[in-house]
Amino acid sequence: MTTSAAIFQGLSWNVVSDVRQLFAYHFMVNALAAGTAVAVMAGAVGWFMVLRRQTFAGHTLAMIAFPGAAGAALAGLPLAFGYFGACAAGAIALAGVSADRVGSHSRESAATGIVQAVGLAVGFLFVALYHGLLNDVSALLFGTFLGISDGQTVTLAVVAAASLALLAFGGRPLLFASVDTETARAAGVPVAMLSLGFLLLLGVAVAATSQITGALLVFALLVAPPATAQRLTARPGPGLALSIGIGLAVTWLGLALAYFSIYPAGFYITSLAFAAYVGAHVATRVRRARP
Amino acid sequence: MSALELRDATVRLGGRTIWHDVSLDIERGSFAAVLGSNGAGKSTLLKVALGLLPLTHGTVRVDGRIGYLPQRRHFDASSRIRGVDIVRLGLDGSRWGVPLPSRADDERRRRVHEVIELVGATDYATRPLGTLSGGEQQRLLIAQALVRRPGLLLLDEPLDSLDLTNQGAVASLVQRICREQDVAVLLVAHDVNPILGYLDEVIYFAGGTAVSGQPEDVINTETLSRLYGAPIEVLRTRDGRLVVVGQPEAPFVHGHRHDH
Amino acid sequence: MLAHEFMRNALVAGTAIGAASGLVGYLLVLRAQVFAADALSHVAFTGALAAAAFGIDVRVGLFAATIAVAVGMGGLGERAQPDDVAIGTVFAWILGLGVLFLAIFTTQQSAGNGTAAVRVLFGSIFGLSGFDTTIAIAIGIATLAAALAIARPLIFASLDPEVADAQGVPVRIVGIAFLVVLAVVAGEATQAVGALLLLGLMAAPAAAARNLARNPYAGLALSTAIAVGAVWLGLTLAYLEPSLPPSTAIIFVAAGAFVATAAARRLQAM
Repeated sequence: MTTSAAIFQGLSWNVVSDVRQLFAYHFMVNALAAGTAVAVMAGAVGWFMVLRRQTFAGHTLAMIAFPGAAGAALAGLPLAFGYFGACAAGAIALAGVSADRVGSHSRESAATGIVQAVGLAVGFLFVALYHGLLNDVSALLFGTFLGISDGQTVTLAVVAAASLALLAFGGRPLLFASVDTETARAAGVPVAMLSLGFLLLLGVAVAATSQITGALLVFALLVAPPATAQRLTARPGPGLALSIGIGLAVTWLGLALAYFSIYPAGFYITSLAFAAYVGAHVATRVRRARP
Repeated sequence: MSALELRDATVRLGGRTIWHDVSLDIERGSFAAVLGSNGAGKSTLLKVALGLLPLTHGTVRVDGRIGYLPQRRHFDASSRIRGVDIVRLGLDGSRWGVPLPSRADDERRRRVHEVIELVGATDYATRPLGTLSGGEQQRLLIAQALVRRPGLLLLDEPLDSLDLTNQGAVASLVQRICREQDVAVLLVAHDVNPILGYLDEVIYFAGGTAVSGQPEDVINTETLSRLYGAPIEVLRTRDGRLVVVGQPEAPFVHGHRHDH
Repeated sequence: MLAHEFMRNALVAGTAIGAASGLVGYLLVLRAQVFAADALSHVAFTGALAAAAFGIDVRVGLFAATIAVAVGMGGLGERAQPDDVAIGTVFAWILGLGVLFLAIFTTQQSAGNGTAAVRVLFGSIFGLSGFDTTIAIAIGIATLAAALAIARPLIFASLDPEVADAQGVPVRIVGIAFLVVLAVVAGEATQAVGALLLLGLMAAPAAAARNLARNPYAGLALSTAIAVGAVWLGLTLAYLEPSLPPSTAIIFVAAGAFVATAAARRLQAM
């Protein structure tokens, strides 16, 4: 096996020079910028998704993102088209199916497994038709930070900003409708419209996150940081901030580690996010045990 | 001053007349229970008061704001939202945009704490709802319904999942709120006995209509027999409980318990 | 078509794997344990690539990982449905680990042999040797026999656990045995349609069978038949249309069966 020195090439104890190295290359700057946009967006949207118990919907949308992106590559369109288009369509379909219910505990359902398999099968077909090599499949499924274009970065930044603005505008009624649906409806909150709107926003968040983490590892940014934050605090404001903060930390650190080592970013980001999640569990267990 | 007034009111739903010719007058500061068997139309009255169901005939008038506690709201153990947040949402949860620090915001925060103290939930208002008992959750939900200073408070079967001691405690709290805050309260219940001692009046739904008045004037053999159109007997046990014997089964239209 | 050895191997192995998947998949759906197959598919990917990274036969990693996790899941017992969030996060991390092993493996291979990952993810049924086929038949028969042996007590325990327990059915042992069989079938199915798609091969024929028959034994037979049919038809389509990957074709047919039966049921109800 390779030694740790070979794994982390170029990494020194001088943090300043390390950081300066990170910013030396344009592709890395793009990756960090795109990663920042995605982490912020995923942290915010994911916080509501976990609160509304719609993680299953997020997972299904990610399974639709893969064939969407592969199809776009096949058709010669920019990948973003495929990602966002497929996820938007998927969100509308999901909204139609689940009607008004907040959160669906359908992990058991054979139907979701079948949808997942078909989505992946279609994606594989598109990649095969594209005569794509392993790299394409691997990038779409597990993420890549090597080839993020300027255009992609700008798109993601704009999308993230717009999402945050939307959440700032509708966050309070959305929170109300999520935790206390009946009372919210009686108070005049447009619950059904917010549900549909949120699913669309979730689709957009999944599409954006998939471009960094890949369709299969979306959970790392969309679920783990928000779940960690919610474990640590029940307050909405600090919870949202913490979710975004953890997402950012995990993404930056993961990208940096991937830059200096030969191992993929997807692994680092997922592992860091998972570590944070487990850490929060352990911390709260300890806090509770202490008299 | 009347908080809720109905005159010759009739409601039809899905081709069926739920009730007809109902007239009642609930004053501010009055604690009224809404009684009757399943399907008789108790929750329908609340929906009419809220404006969610239109009357086919007659008039309904509500004075002031309405505070509403829907049926069967139980927050399971994994609910992370805090009581104080739920109450705050009752105050401004339907407003768009982000709440910025301002004097108005301070005012709202003060009101939230005020109403939490009113229901006696200050000690546990900052804990996640999922960790609280049924009675504690209910108090916070009542606080949420009260936070906008309503003139009429509608509670749809709030005592359902509580044990007897808690039922009495919540009923006592409601009575105190009635008096101190000058609020009219309509509480839908299945069994009047746990709350009988706190009530000012009773609205009894049966036989397609309703009768309202003081408890002893409504829950007696003559009035209920007349209402049901069938021989009913109201017995009083030695410890003061009322038992209604001979109620015919309500027509079973829907299999859904929530459809009254 | 049958003149080609790769096709013959694929059909024979595919029949064995399909039958086992259909049978086990039906029991899986009956027991509402689809998420267990989902978990095992993630573990299969990571296990296979870990083996590749360490230079061991991929199959060893596959089966070791899936069986170990299956026993672990069974050991945790029939708890209440675990948290969706926890499950998803663990799955994602397992996949992340798999990505790490993939990277280790890819950098080790001087020839840049990246197709191993594709084979694990999406199957390699057209690339089976005669030896592979023999193993597939053997494992297929073994798992079929095992599944059939425990089918009756398992169905009983799935539909009515308390009564079954009272009647002396060893509910827990049967449950763990089922999970082990599931793990082995999942490992085999990974070679046929890949880790990412095996859930479809297990769930779709089973769901289609449930749409057609309420009787569990009829459903068992139907599910097995549909799965085998999907494999045959899928392989034929892939043979005729070379740009169509075989695993995709098989899943399409299986899913198609599900949609067709669901639509038929909807029409019948009208």
